[in-house]
Amino acid sequence: MKFLSEFRDPALVERLVDELHRTVRGQWTLMEVCGGQTHSLVKNGLMDLLPPGVRMVHGPGCPVCVTPVPLIDLAVRLVLQHGATVFSFGDMLRVPGTSHSLAQAKAAGGDVRVVYSPLEAVAFAKAHPERQVVFFAVGFETTAPANALALVHAHREGLRNFSLLASQVLVPPAMAAVLADPASTIQGFLAAGHVCTIMGLDEYESIVARFRVPVVVTGFEPVDLLHGILMAVTQLERGEARLENQYARVVRPEGNPDARRVLRDVFRVADREWRGIGTIPASGLEVREEFADFDAKVRFGLEDAPEPSSGGCIAGRVLRGQARPTECPHFGQACTPLTPVGAPMVSSEGACAAYWHVAQAPVPLVRGGRHG
Amino acid sequence: MAETLRPAPSMTLACPAPTGDGGHVIMGHGSGGLLSQQLLDRAVFSRFRAAELSQRHDGAVLAFDGPVAFSTDGYVIAPIEFPGGTIGELAVHGTINDLAMCGAMAEVLSLGLILEEGLPLSTLDRVLAAAAGVGDAAGVHVVTGATKVVERGKGDGIYITTAGIGRVHRRAAIAATRIATGDAILLSGPIAAHGIAIMSVREGLAFETPTVSDTRALHRAVGALLDACGEAVHCLRDATRGGVGAVLAELAQQGGRGMRIRQTALPIAEEVDGACELLGLDPLYVANEGVFVAIVDGAHADAALAALRAAPGSEGAVRIGTVADDGSGQVLLESAIGGARIVHLPPGEQLPRIC
Repeated sequence: MKFLSEFRDPALVERLVDELHRTVRGQWTLMEVCGGQTHSLVKNGLMDLLPPGVRMVHGPGCPVCVTPVPLIDLAVRLVLQHGATVFSFGDMLRVPGTSHSLAQAKAAGGDVRVVYSPLEAVAFAKAHPERQVVFFAVGFETTAPANALALVHAHREGLRNFSLLASQVLVPPAMAAVLADPASTIQGFLAAGHVCTIMGLDEYESIVARFRVPVVVTGFEPVDLLHGILMAVTQLERGEARLENQYARVVRPEGNPDARRVLRDVFRVADREWRGIGTIPASGLEVREEFADFDAKVRFGLEDAPEPSSGGCIAGRVLRGQARPTECPHFGQACTPLTPVGAPMVSSEGACAAYWHVAQAPVPLVRGGRHG
Repeated sequence: MAETLRPAPSMTLACPAPTGDGGHVIMGHGSGGLLSQQLLDRAVFSRFRAAELSQRHDGAVLAFDGPVAFSTDGYVIAPIEFPGGTIGELAVHGTINDLAMCGAMAEVLSLGLILEEGLPLSTLDRVLAAAAGVGDAAGVHVVTGATKVVERGKGDGIYITTAGIGRVHRRAAIAATRIATGDAILLSGPIAAHGIAIMSVREGLAFETPTVSDTRALHRAVGALLDACGEAVHCLRDATRGGVGAVLAELAQQGGRGMRIRQTALPIAEEVDGACELLGLDPLYVANEGVFVAIVDGAHADAALAALRAAPGSEGAVRIGTVADDGSGQVLLESAIGGARIVHLPPGEQLPRIC
């Protein structure tokens, strides 16, 4: 994989780790916003290369984790009661709803299918005019343009049997919500590189100005992450708070104008419920009224239900970086990757799942190497 | 399904010759009557020629001296045919390999077919030709079998069960409980090819370099390893579903030993690695059909590797790690960049990640 190997180069990693160790004097808490970054930190074992003065908090940037229970219930109802074919990204399947996850709805006879691209759902709808096809449009700004494009294609084809169940969320309002919380301990952010690839950098200047925290737009490879952490920590050590772009090889300041245009054409910004966090103003994307025929909620007359009580699950506080998963009464007891109570236990980059796997190890996960 | 209900040429009751490429499996093929006989003649007896099978009895009478291993498995896969093989190769290789992991060299197999009404006979022919071909190549004989037909919609075209018996190598002493501190963890070849080959067909993905399944028989590689190292081979396991990651996590758990493996030592073809990256899959958990893990006394690691590399099917063998001196029962992967993470038992099927 060219364009990847150089960002996984052990020599470069070692240099960055050394520099981090030399730079860090204080105690700093950073949040990596995106689930993909969390996944890379865990998968590459980066967490135990960091100096003790740097604490990484996994942010709410796993779209699967923040999809509210009532929306999953709507998807399950579409499958089991309306007999619709629901297409979804893979890791959404195991997330528990009130009575069923989508995987359980599938086992109960429902037609649930995993896809990589929403356009596959459009192709299926075209080939099966007798089926009602719904794409469960989960995701951040990164996946939303593809979802919007699917709708545009379906509209162009005049499909009467394709709709979106929109569950798209926006990152900057969530970052602001995390920081506005008086209990927040977050001192700096690694912003999600791929979100910025679409949306550009504008939205982050106001977060920096309002909350006086460093925000570093960061990529996903080991070198990217360590470099982003180093940039944020360097700012903190110097008492600075600026917006920096570590991921400049991919992220342009203006983002991707074509993708932004299709987003504006198809979706409107709306208040959104985040699982475990609550409603964040102007943090979601809903299908515009012009395309109401392609909005599953309109087509099937679905009503939003309120988020049920969390039953003691502290996923919301975990997602805001205020509690560690191990503080939850359900952790490792009622809640394990096989029987997830909260969404962060579901996907492998969920904070709770990451902690669960580490907690299974009777030996401490510390390397005996250079920085151990 | 007018076509499948059309009276086949067999209705003349005169000639059991193949019905040509246009035919399909119909319910009557499972009736036990003439249609069944015709199907078996065409598809099975023409290809599998063991003396025991040709007696067309209800079972095979066999004689063995000394210890034998006995194993069975069921094969279900969609699609039935995929880059690098069919369900036929999988069914024969799978049981040969299960026996090999017991230190046994497969000699005879049973072959159970569950066919779905409507399956093109040409597909059945290709699957069974493939099964017979790899059985012959492996020196393994099908000595008994059975065929059933289920209604359309109640099967995935074809399911196969195979059971097998193999003579246990005289120096084999294989058990997870024999895994000991300092043992070398060896891998017989590059990983994740089978799972990616299947995924690429299922998802309709076309890669520049198409990945083919690694389905292969492993008994000769295991035989060579046992000839060279005998009792120093402590444990063997083929890394099928759940991949190398699940196998190691399970062995560590069963043996109550910690394991350390190095990410940089894991052999993986560049195109397979790229596909995993694209699909959001961890190659450690992707299925293989021709790769096994061997845990060998550390002092015999070099001899074991030399034997494997000289044997057919394990030319790409490498050492990926060591059994540690802790009783953690955990596998720790040292990442390419020097970090560490736990290789855990996956909770269920690996689901592609959204971001």
